[in-house]
Amino acid sequence: MINSPFVRKAASVQQVMLQVLLALVPGIAAYVWFFGAGILVQIALASAAAVAGEAAMLAVRGKPKALFLSDLSAIVTAWLIALTFPPIVPWWLTVTATLLAIVVVKQLYGGLGQNPFNPAMAAFCLMIVAYPALMSQWPAAGQLDFSSQLQLIFGGARQVDAISGATPLDALRTALRAAANPDSQLHGLRAAQLMDGPAYGMLGGKGGEWVALGFLLGGLWLLQRRIITWHIPGAFCLALAASAGLLWAVRPEGFASPVFHLASGGAMLGAFFILTDPVSGATTPRGKLLFAAGAGVLTFVIRAFGAYPDGVAFATLLMNLCVPLIDMNTQAPVFGHKKD
Amino acid sequence: MLRKLFKFHGGVKPQTHKTQSTTQPIARVPLPERLVIPLHQAVGGHPRPLVAPGDKVFKGQRIGGADGSLSSAVHASTSGIVRDVAPALMPHTSGLTTLSVVIEPDGEDRWGELDKVNYRTAPPDELRDFLRDAGVVGLGGAVFPSYAKLKPGKEGRLKTLVINGAECEPFITCDDLLMRERAADMLKGIVAMRHMLQAEEVLIGIEDNKPEAVAAVQAAIAASGQSGIQAVAIPTRYPAGGAKQLIRVLTGIEVPHGRRSTDFGVQCFNVGTAYSIFEALEFGRPLISRVVTVAGNVDQPRNYEVLIGTPMDHVVRQSGARPDTDRYIMGGPMMGVRLPAFDVPVVKATNCILVGSPALFPPPPPEMPCIRCGECAKACPADLAPFEMYWFSRSKNFGKAQEYHLFDCIECGCCSFVCPSHIPLVDYFRFSKSEIWARERDKSSADAARDRFEFKNFRQEREKQEKAEKLAAKAAATREKVAADSQAGTASPATEAPDTAKPAAPSAEDTKRALIAAAMEKARQQKAQIAPKNTEQLSAETQADIDAIEARRAATATPPTPDA
Repeated sequence: MINSPFVRKAASVQQVMLQVLLALVPGIAAYVWFFGAGILVQIALASAAAVAGEAAMLAVRGKPKALFLSDLSAIVTAWLIALTFPPIVPWWLTVTATLLAIVVVKQLYGGLGQNPFNPAMAAFCLMIVAYPALMSQWPAAGQLDFSSQLQLIFGGARQVDAISGATPLDALRTALRAAANPDSQLHGLRAAQLMDGPAYGMLGGKGGEWVALGFLLGGLWLLQRRIITWHIPGAFCLALAASAGLLWAVRPEGFASPVFHLASGGAMLGAFFILTDPVSGATTPRGKLLFAAGAGVLTFVIRAFGAYPDGVAFATLLMNLCVPLIDMNTQAPVFGHKKD
Repeated sequence: MLRKLFKFHGGVKPQTHKTQSTTQPIARVPLPERLVIPLHQAVGGHPRPLVAPGDKVFKGQRIGGADGSLSSAVHASTSGIVRDVAPALMPHTSGLTTLSVVIEPDGEDRWGELDKVNYRTAPPDELRDFLRDAGVVGLGGAVFPSYAKLKPGKEGRLKTLVINGAECEPFITCDDLLMRERAADMLKGIVAMRHMLQAEEVLIGIEDNKPEAVAAVQAAIAASGQSGIQAVAIPTRYPAGGAKQLIRVLTGIEVPHGRRSTDFGVQCFNVGTAYSIFEALEFGRPLISRVVTVAGNVDQPRNYEVLIGTPMDHVVRQSGARPDTDRYIMGGPMMGVRLPAFDVPVVKATNCILVGSPALFPPPPPEMPCIRCGECAKACPADLAPFEMYWFSRSKNFGKAQEYHLFDCIECGCCSFVCPSHIPLVDYFRFSKSEIWARERDKSSADAARDRFEFKNFRQEREKQEKAEKLAAKAAATREKVAADSQAGTASPATEAPDTAKPAAPSAEDTKRALIAAAMEKARQQKAQIAPKNTEQLSAETQADIDAIEARRAATATPPTPDA
């Protein structure tokens, strides 16, 4: 027996996920333009692994395959993995990471809607702990052509040193630490001066800043489509910029500028596409602000004082842990129970 | 005059489908062959039948009397003969029956003598009783007896009387047409209500997708020369016509769940109710018909003035139901109820017969897991977190569901409407509410049983104790008596032999023996009393026989003489 309401809005999980995928396209286009088409290979690899892993787990769990594969949530996870990993990691690393995300982090916890952690970020953290070297090789913009990228992805041998070893975030941190050392050549140089190199662009890393702008564009479109609300990207960017800005204002020779932080690494992807994952994120308006602000501060702390190239993934997981607590304590008063 | 309006959280904008049924005026429906008038049509007690099969009834004759503190009378919608007073199918999803009066119309549609009241001079109490007996209930769908709401509350006067002409449900246009065609009379009803409630101002809220109705009501207000009454166009957003939402939009006041709006100086009535109140007070006509929208899968959607008790399929026939019709829905597509049959009667709550087909209302796509996207929370006009309540309802964690204000849910359907996972959220909440009610019923009956049992134990214990006390008192009395007797008996020997070892008082052994003797004596007496039970009204012969037998028994029972 079907009860009221008898009419429904034409909305579906598939549509939501499809729009998220579409919103990633400008960022991917910039990525391909500056860093080559290798990323497309990674996206394809991750997507194939995600669909295979999801299908296998749905079969094991006795769930309808067509229904759950067509919701596209696995593809979103796959794309986020491809976009957060270095574009030249070997194929098996991408596939393993995606399978871990889909099989363990998502399906073993109960599938769509049930995972406490963001699958893509959990996979990123697992991989950076397991394969720190491979996960830290970021080519500079235009450094590698497509064939050498393919060779790195599918070929066996790799000359680690031949590839630029670090993200601009990582490089700048290392440089800033060196600058603090009186014995170093770089001693006394400020961040702005340190960034006067071929690896850096106007705002962040060369090329990387354009990719970030692409993600920002897609994110704003998601906002306009009401797929996401302003709370999470707003609070994350503000908290990241504020914590970076505070230390930068006090010691500009020791820290990068807030703009650099926003335009580098996974900040934009995190703000609009990762932290906004509704399944693993906070859901109340106030909760979203807290959740994202926490992630912003943690991202900065890990970037500035940690040993990893970026902090978004760990910050996301740490804040995912806090979600039940945040949600429980930020329920808004209901109709007729508000205090004026 | 522009008025500051307030917003309520959430809400949705479904397709309204209202233009099709507003092209033509309200039409009358020919008399059906039979009217089935349920006696219980309003919130509150079940009215008792006042007619029996074979009775002749007039149009407007009371056939069900209001019963109890909150109840509303029911009337014959036309003149004719009562054919039956029996349970009949209700217009409700449950498919349950309810006691109904079946009337075969005589075709004359003749009014009987109607009670009248001079509403301009009568005191409010008398008007309330009059409206109760006229069967006037809220026609917005809640069918709450209007007389019970026409009380101004503790302060004796009301700040704002809100009249609900919002009509936010898609397809339904009965209030729209009523306002367009009968605004002046409706306004007279409103003036009477305002007087009863001592209301300072009257706000008539109408969604701005009904400009004709707004204009008609404004013209009627201007023509009446009344001050302090205002027709306010409000933004079209479902469920702006929910009483609480409308009060919020017009006054900014949020009436919490479980509180009376009069505590906040507001009361809300539907426009149709105001018109019925006018009919009752002006002409003495009880509520026997109402405007009903027929819409959906029909050739000509339209509004009809329908007699209460008319079978729905008879009404729908006037509009021409299409062949693929598979169901009727009473009400709109957001909150309406699917009916168990096509021939259930139109009742006071029937604002719309929505004719459905699989093409018009396709079954929802398969239910997917909740992804916590929060769309439902964004759409909820009660500011709830439906997805949280859904988890708790699903896991039957009803305590938690209540903690998240399950009972503040007004079941408007906005959450189900927007859910991208196609989860029938409202169904989960209805389920939880009914489970909680059932548990509370069970609990209260268990509590009652436990109370009964505990009282029984207490009573038995008390009786046992009282008996024991009585026995003890008696025993003590006997003991004293025995003691006194033996004291008297032993007094002289004791004086004679004061140096013997014999105690002055009787020994415990003696007392015991005396008690036993007393008890045996008492038992013997009781036995003697009980023995001649069946010997009271005996014939002389029988008595003689008994005497003979007794004599013989006495003879044999006599102990043998020592020398025998």
